[in-house]
Amino acid sequence: MDATFFMNVISAGLLTGLVYGLMALGLSVIFGVMRVVNFAHGDMMVVAMYATYLLYTKLGLQPLAALPLVAGALFVFGYVLQRVLINRFLGVTEHIQFLLLLSVAIIITNVVLMVFGPDARNIQLDASFESYSLGPLVLDKVRVIAAVGAGCVAALLWAFFRYTTTGTAIRACADNPVGARVVGLDVEKLYAVTFGVGSACVGAAGCLLLLLVDVHPHLSSDYTLLGFIIVILGGLGSLGGALLGGVLVGLSEALSGVLIAPSLKTMFSFGLLILVLLLRPQGILGKKP
Amino acid sequence: MTAANLLSDRRAILLLGLLAALAAAPLAAGDYALSILITVLLQAYLGMAWNVMMGFAGQFSLGHALYVGLGAYAGGALFAHFGTPPLVGALAGMVVSAVAGSIIGTLGFRFKVMGVYFALLTIAFAEFTRVLFDHWNWVGASSGLFLPVSHSVNDDFWNLRGSATMFYYVILGMAAAAFLFSRALLGRRIGYYWQAIREDQDAADALGIDVFRAKMVAVIISASMTSLGGLFIAFYNNNLYPESIFSMHRSIELMLGTIIGGIGTLFGPILGAVALTALGEALTVIGAHIGIDGVKQIAYGVCLMVILAFRPGGLWPWLRHRLRLDGGRR
Amino acid sequence: MSGPMLSVENLGKSFRGLRAVNAVEFQVPRGDIVALIGPNGAGKTTTFNLIAGAFPPSDGRVTLDGADITGLDQARICRAGIGRTFQIVKPFAGLTVEENVMVGALRHDGGDVEKARKAANDILDLLELGDKALQPAQTLTLPDRKRLEVAKALATRPKLLLLDEVMAGLRPVECDRMVAILTGLNKEHGLTILLIEHVMRAVMALSDHVVVLHHGEKIAEGTPAEVTSHPKVLECYLGEDHG
Repeated sequence: MDATFFMNVISAGLLTGLVYGLMALGLSVIFGVMRVVNFAHGDMMVVAMYATYLLYTKLGLQPLAALPLVAGALFVFGYVLQRVLINRFLGVTEHIQFLLLLSVAIIITNVVLMVFGPDARNIQLDASFESYSLGPLVLDKVRVIAAVGAGCVAALLWAFFRYTTTGTAIRACADNPVGARVVGLDVEKLYAVTFGVGSACVGAAGCLLLLLVDVHPHLSSDYTLLGFIIVILGGLGSLGGALLGGVLVGLSEALSGVLIAPSLKTMFSFGLLILVLLLRPQGILGKKP
Repeated sequence: MTAANLLSDRRAILLLGLLAALAAAPLAAGDYALSILITVLLQAYLGMAWNVMMGFAGQFSLGHALYVGLGAYAGGALFAHFGTPPLVGALAGMVVSAVAGSIIGTLGFRFKVMGVYFALLTIAFAEFTRVLFDHWNWVGASSGLFLPVSHSVNDDFWNLRGSATMFYYVILGMAAAAFLFSRALLGRRIGYYWQAIREDQDAADALGIDVFRAKMVAVIISASMTSLGGLFIAFYNNNLYPESIFSMHRSIELMLGTIIGGIGTLFGPILGAVALTALGEALTVIGAHIGIDGVKQIAYGVCLMVILAFRPGGLWPWLRHRLRLDGGRR
Repeated sequence: MSGPMLSVENLGKSFRGLRAVNAVEFQVPRGDIVALIGPNGAGKTTTFNLIAGAFPPSDGRVTLDGADITGLDQARICRAGIGRTFQIVKPFAGLTVEENVMVGALRHDGGDVEKARKAANDILDLLELGDKALQPAQTLTLPDRKRLEVAKALATRPKLLLLDEVMAGLRPVECDRMVAILTGLNKEHGLTILLIEHVMRAVMALSDHVVVLHHGEKIAEGTPAEVTSHPKVLECYLGEDHG
C-alpha cells in the first residue's frame, strides 16, 4: 500500500462523498425549513434509483439524461406528500411526525418490493469501465461524472435559494414562519415547494448514485441513516454542512474500507457521528440553536 | 366508597379478569395461538420498558434495540459458553445495559443533546454496537450465536429450556411484573418528577428537581427492563444474529405499540401490542387471500397513518374515556 | 439570623458585550415585599434570572439568608430556598393542577406522595384553586394559570418568593384578588417576596419598598410614595408609561 494507492482511495471517497452530500442536502433543506425529520428519505432515494434503472433499461436513457426527469418526478411526489399529508402534522410532537414518515417509508418500500422484487439491480454503462488518469491518480469515469453532477445540482440549489423570489421567501419562512405569514406569504405552498425541492435533491442523488452502486429495496433504511449521519455531521439545515458531511463520510467509508474491513465502514461513520454530537451537537457548520 | 374508589375497582376487576384469561389461555390455545400470544406479551413488555423512558420521562430513544441485544447476548453467550443460568445472565445483561444506558444518558444529557438529536444519538450507539457484534467472534460474529437445545421432555425453568407453554408463562409473568412496576414508579416521587420533566424541563428544574439525575434513573431502569426482554428473545429463539437483534427495525417495532396504544399511559403498551399484532395477523390472512406479497405491509402503513391522524394520543386514552374508566365527565 | 433575606451586591451581566445589568445593588429585608420596577428593557427579568440561577452573573454577589448562592444553577437555588414564577407561565400541561403543585412539594417529607398531595391541596385552597385540583392544568384560564405558577413555587417551601409579572393580563378584579392573596401570604405566613410588576396599583398596594431599574442600572429606591415622586423616576419611567 503506497502513497498513490491512498491518493486513489481518498479521491474516490471524496467523489462518492459529494453524491452522499447531495442526498443529505434534501434532508437538510426539509429539516431546516420545516423542522420535519424525513424518515422516508432513504426510501425516496431507492425509488429514484429504481426509476433511473427503469428509464435506462426500458427507454435506454442515460442516467444523466434521466436526472431531470427523476428529480422532477420526485419534486411532484414531495410537493403532493407535503400538501396532502405532512402539512396536517406540522407542529405535532416529534415521535408522531417520526411515525408518520415511517408509515410513508413502509408503504414506499413495499411498493418497490412488489414492483421490483428483492433482487439487486444495476446498470452497466460503457463508461463504467473507463477511467481518467491524472498524473499518478486513476479516477473512475462514472465516479467523476456522478460527483460533477452532484456539484452542479448543489450549485443550482444554492442559486435557487439565493437568487429566486421563491427561494428567498422560503428562507424567510425558515427564519420566521409567523412573520412570513404576516407579510402575506403562502407558507403552506412554500413548505410544499421546499419538500418538493428536498425530494428533487434526493431524486438527483439517487440517479447519480446508481452509477456507482447496485440498488435493492432494503437499502432504504441504510440511506436514511446515512443521510442523518451526514446532516448531523455538517449541521442540520446548513447546505454547505451537508456537502462537507457527505465528503467526510465518503472519505471515512473509503479509508476504513481499505484500512480495516469494508463491513466495518458504517461503524466508523457512526463513531464519527457520536463524536460530533458530543463535541459540537449543532454540527460542524451548524449554527447554535 | 368514593367515585374514585369505585373507578379503580372497575379497573382492578378488568385487569384481574384479563390476567385470569391470559393465565388460562394455554389450556385452550393451540401452538399457533400461543406463539401469537407470546409475541403480543413480548411486545407489550418491551413497550412498557420503552415507555418508562419516553412515555414517563419524555426522553426519545430510537435505539432501544441496543439494550435488547445486550441483554440477549449477555444471557445467551454466558449460557452457550459456560452454561451460566439465565437468572445470572439476566443480571449481567441488566448491568451491561444499565452501563450502556448511563453512558448514552451522561453524554446526551450533559452535552445537551436533545429531542431529535438525542434520538439519533441513541440510533448511532445501537448501530455502532450492531457492527461491533458483527465482528466479535466470541459471540459468533455475523454468523450468529446458537444456544444449546435440551432434549429433555420436561420444562427446566431455571435454565429456560422447555416448551412454548413455559415461555408463555415466563413472558406473562414478566409483562405483569412490568405493569405493576410501571404503576408503582408513576405513583412515586420519581414518577412525578419524570412527568414534570416531560412536560417542561425548565419549569421542573426551577422547582428544584435534579433533572439530570431523574433522567438518568429513567434511562437506567428502561435499559435494564429492556435487556430482560432481550434475554427472553435469546432463550425463546435459541439463536441470535446482530443483524436482527440490534436492528433499527426492532427499535421501531418496540415503540410502535406503545405510541399506538397511548404513550405515557400504563395500559397503552398492552393495548397497542394487541392492536398491532391483531392488525398484522388480520392483514396476513387478507394478504394470503389476495395473493400479492407486500400488500400486508402497505396496508399496515396506511393503518398506522389513520391511527396517527385520528388518535394521535393513542388508542387507550380514547378507549378509556369511552369505557368511562377515567371518571369521564358525563 | 437577622440580616436581610436577600442581598444583591454589584450584580452585572453582559450578553456578548451588551451590558444588560450593571452594578445593581439592593436588599430584600426579611418578611418584606419588595417590588422591582422599570420600563421595558430595564433589565428586571435579567436581574430576576440572575438571582434565580437561570444563568450565572458576569459579576457581583447574591446572598440568600446569609448564604452565598452566586452562580448556582436554577435547581440548586430553588433548593437553597428561592421559589420563582415565570413571566410566560409554564404549567405541566398534561398533569392535573394538584399534581403540578405536588411536584414542587415532593422534595420535602422524604418524598412522601400523600403528604405532598395534602400540602398541595392546602396551597391550592390558599390560592383559591382548590375546586380545580383534579383538572388537567391545560384547561385552566390565564388568571388561574398565574395562580398555579405561584402555587407551584410556594410548594417548594421557599424562604423567598420571586414573582415575575403575575398580574400581567389579569383584569382589575382578578388583580385585586391576587394582591389580597399575596398580602395574606406575607402577613400570615411571613413570606418574603420580591416581585417584578408593571401594574402600578398592585405595586402600590403590595410593596414595602420599591427598586427602580433603568437601562440595567438602579436609579432609585424607597417606599412606593418616595419612588413615585423621585424626579429621575418620573423622568424616565413614569414619563414613558403615564405621560
